[in-house]
Amino acid sequence: MNHFDVIIVGGGHAGAEAAAASARAGARTALVTFDAATLGAMSCNPAIGGLGKGHLVCEVDAFDGLLGRAADAGAIHYRMLNRSKGSAVQGPRVQADRKRFRAAVQTMLAAQENVTIVEGEAAELLLTGERVMGVRLSDGSEMRASAVVLCTGTFLGGSLFRGEERFDGGRIGENSAQKLAVQLRSAKLPMSRLKTGTPPRLDGRTIDWSRLEEQPSDADQWTMSPLTRERMNPQVFCAITRTNARSHEIIAENLHRSPLFTGAIGAAGPRYCPSIEDKIHRFADRDGHQVFLEPEGLDTHLVYPNGISTSLPVDVQLAMLRTMEGLEQVVMEVPGYAVEYDHIDPRALGPDLQVKSMPRLYCAGQINGTTGYEEAAAQGLLAGLNAACTILDRAPPAIDRSNSYMAVMIDDLTLHGVSEPYRMLTARAEYRLRLRANNATSRLTPFALAAGAVGRERAKWFAEREDERSTWNTALAQAVSAVELNAHGLPVKRDAGRKVLTEWLALPDVTMSDLSPWLPEGCDPHSALASELSEDAAYAPYLARQEAELRDLRSSEALALDSNFPFAEVPGLSNEMIERLIAAQPPNLAAAGRVRGITPAALAALLVHAKRRNQAA
Amino acid sequence: MDTIFALSSGQPPAGIGVIRVTGRQARAALKAIAGVVPEARKATRAVFCDVSRETLDDGLVLFFPGPNSVTGDDLAEFHCHGGRAVIAAVERALADIDGCRRAEPGEFTRRAFANGRINLSEAEGLADLLSAETEIQRRSAMAMMGGVLSRQVEGWREDLLRLSAQVEAVLDFDDEDDVSALPDSFNSRLSALHDSVHDALDAPHAETLREGYRVALAGPPNAGKSTLFNALVESEAAITAEIAGTTRDILTRSIALGGIPFTFVDMAGLRDETGDQIEAIGISRAREEIALADLVLWLGPEGEGPDLAWEIEAKADHQGAERKASAAHRISARTGEGMDELRRALIDKARRAMPAPGSAALNARQRERLSDSVSSLDAAQNENDPLLVAENLRRTRQAFDALLGRTSTEDVLDTLFGRFCIGK
Repeated sequence: MNHFDVIIVGGGHAGAEAAAASARAGARTALVTFDAATLGAMSCNPAIGGLGKGHLVCEVDAFDGLLGRAADAGAIHYRMLNRSKGSAVQGPRVQADRKRFRAAVQTMLAAQENVTIVEGEAAELLLTGERVMGVRLSDGSEMRASAVVLCTGTFLGGSLFRGEERFDGGRIGENSAQKLAVQLRSAKLPMSRLKTGTPPRLDGRTIDWSRLEEQPSDADQWTMSPLTRERMNPQVFCAITRTNARSHEIIAENLHRSPLFTGAIGAAGPRYCPSIEDKIHRFADRDGHQVFLEPEGLDTHLVYPNGISTSLPVDVQLAMLRTMEGLEQVVMEVPGYAVEYDHIDPRALGPDLQVKSMPRLYCAGQINGTTGYEEAAAQGLLAGLNAACTILDRAPPAIDRSNSYMAVMIDDLTLHGVSEPYRMLTARAEYRLRLRANNATSRLTPFALAAGAVGRERAKWFAEREDERSTWNTALAQAVSAVELNAHGLPVKRDAGRKVLTEWLALPDVTMSDLSPWLPEGCDPHSALASELSEDAAYAPYLARQEAELRDLRSSEALALDSNFPFAEVPGLSNEMIERLIAAQPPNLAAAGRVRGITPAALAALLVHAKRRNQAA
Repeated sequence: MDTIFALSSGQPPAGIGVIRVTGRQARAALKAIAGVVPEARKATRAVFCDVSRETLDDGLVLFFPGPNSVTGDDLAEFHCHGGRAVIAAVERALADIDGCRRAEPGEFTRRAFANGRINLSEAEGLADLLSAETEIQRRSAMAMMGGVLSRQVEGWREDLLRLSAQVEAVLDFDDEDDVSALPDSFNSRLSALHDSVHDALDAPHAETLREGYRVALAGPPNAGKSTLFNALVESEAAITAEIAGTTRDILTRSIALGGIPFTFVDMAGLRDETGDQIEAIGISRAREEIALADLVLWLGPEGEGPDLAWEIEAKADHQGAERKASAAHRISARTGEGMDELRRALIDKARRAMPAPGSAALNARQRERLSDSVSSLDAAQNENDPLLVAENLRRTRQAFDALLGRTSTEDVLDTLFGRFCIGK
């Protein structure tokens, strides 16, 4: 069979989620990859989650995606970042055994109905006019489909750099997709280059762990996905070492041999994940940088030194490593390298990740200028789901900045474009108080169900959870007087009146366990749902204050700007604003207001013209 | 779009009344009422008639073809006699024309703005300029139009962004060793920002500027309040017409003294009332007026006036009148003795209460946004969880943005355009 509903090009985190989401929604889906054995490979850091990123993992999971469960299957170290801060910014992060993680992705894909894995190189898009009809593989065979999702990662026109060395490829030892890159560039899509890097891999047996500060896995038994009943693997610890004056000296002396400084790599890398040579160069006053030593798996001695991604020559990398405490005798198994790759200006995409000028072509992951597995997976999931929904004539999930990090990311990308690889941060989400990692299910699973993209297991689990929630809601809606609470030893003023339990919960000194006397049997105050509900109560006053803002946002969103909106004809807009608006093509007035450099006066002028145009239409 | 019309000159009765019409039907309106579309931008005499060909008035018409008119659309002006009936008749005749209706407040300016004739900040400055009646008001409006407030808020916003960035670093880069805690300077900077915004809230208000420095004359019957009131306002041109419906027991008059707008309040009417109940009402009104006033001139027995009132010895020329030991001013409204000194003192006092020339005077809407930001900054100072500190800083940013019109939606526009007098 060579006719599908949706073809996914690429088998990384974006591609795997795209294929699985499209197939869950019921579309006949093919996934084209160079090598089926590398499906679900973690190219860089053996970790999933983190600040902002952990939220994305939970959101992908709420859509019944693969990432959260695969992370649990591979997890050998759990750490909740920002544990001491408000729960909305706590970021779950795991270190995952590469082999186990990859195996979990492959197992889930194999078990998923409607997915066909095809090994080969997608060399060319089949087009009728601008419309995508499928792909041609490098062996000449054709695959037809109603939609194609590109998840090319660093493989699109990828080149690797290490000191004075150059290779073509998307990952060390693997090919890159050069032909497809040439075709996309000639299709007049706005293409550009970005760069990323990875550190060397170390032989853990040659590290003197005894001299280093250990970081154990969290003792409490949380998991990434609520569908994971318990942790599956033995937990290992990480260790922390530091660069020092001697390491910095070695790097500084050899900066001229780094492709980043010789001009060989022109593209911008992620500011939030700079190479060690960048750190030394830009923060010359710092006397050391933390390096986390993270085991890559249970059955391997490889260790990933997090914090020193580099493209220095091999001899410099080794010399630099050996200046660090605990690494004096270290053996370097694979040196680090930098990779430069093609990406598309994401402003060329609609909010559904479809290329505006090439209908039925979707893009997800690094091709859109992002960095990170989590960012890639979230886009892959949405691109695959949106493609399937379009073909199956279903409404795509109505996510927006106030209900998900996913939508924040896509909105940022498609309106602002990128000047460096885009990484998720909690700071990007203005409504983050409502976007907690641990309430992702409540926020998003209903959307996933409506799009028909939830498997049986999760659907059943969710239905049970909703029943449980309604029991809780009834219980927490009881009104109880301050006198009664006080009689049970709760620290409330006796004259504080009568309130429903959720209101009492908003007080900092009242916990869910304190309310046990009023909870029916079966309502466990230590359950995940209970902690979600008590956090809801704690943040409720803040959320209520945001309502006016959200109403304002919704009303501006209601004013649509059509794709042919003549920005150039609106009086009072500067040429720069016109250029930005044309590049971003904001779908409504609210989005136009988020385009950088758009002044209030410009927005008002847009408002007037949009109204007039809508009236005329 | 509808064609709109409105009386652009002052309220009738007046010497002449200018009715402006703008929109697609402006030509049709000229034809129907004046019988002619005159040469562009040339005053032309015409007899105005309604549909039944009844003569309404004899006046001038002007035609400004779009897009080179103030609104950007075709625009007609009917200059008629300024009597109420005449103006009402011409307006009725206009309303009879198809697609023609009375303008909403500010709609002419809104149309100019929609046609790109003016931008939003020009419109904002224009609103103030149009209502400026004194030199100090004009200078303040010019300052606002020149962006004094925007610059101040932009400055705060930059400070705020720096603070936010520090909190966000702590929230998003917890695992990096150099940003794991807020720097010591954070709290002092936060409180400096809070104080600076708070001070701006305490500064003189735009209302003082718009409505004048309010001086109430108080004292028992026959203390000389009305004589002083008349002496203060008589020789000066009133700058606003008396507002209809003002109760006869409170007399207010707005004038400019030394380029400063004043509103003088005479509670003379209160004294003539007898009967306990009316007296009681009178007293409560007097109390309200005294509370509302920026300054009270006390003409009663020494030491019995409200706090901070100026003791005035009102009948300096009068032999048997009461003498005050610590009078701020000894005057005789009749002979003019002490009046110049009193005027100078009033001007001096009022000037200090007015926004300094070139500084930002905040109106009620702006003050509301600023007090939102002050309370969010307050909350941020009292919060330990950096997540909630960040949320409060975000709310402050929202308030600043609203102040600058960044979140400009229709509400902001409606508020802005609602300030315009019809037809300006």
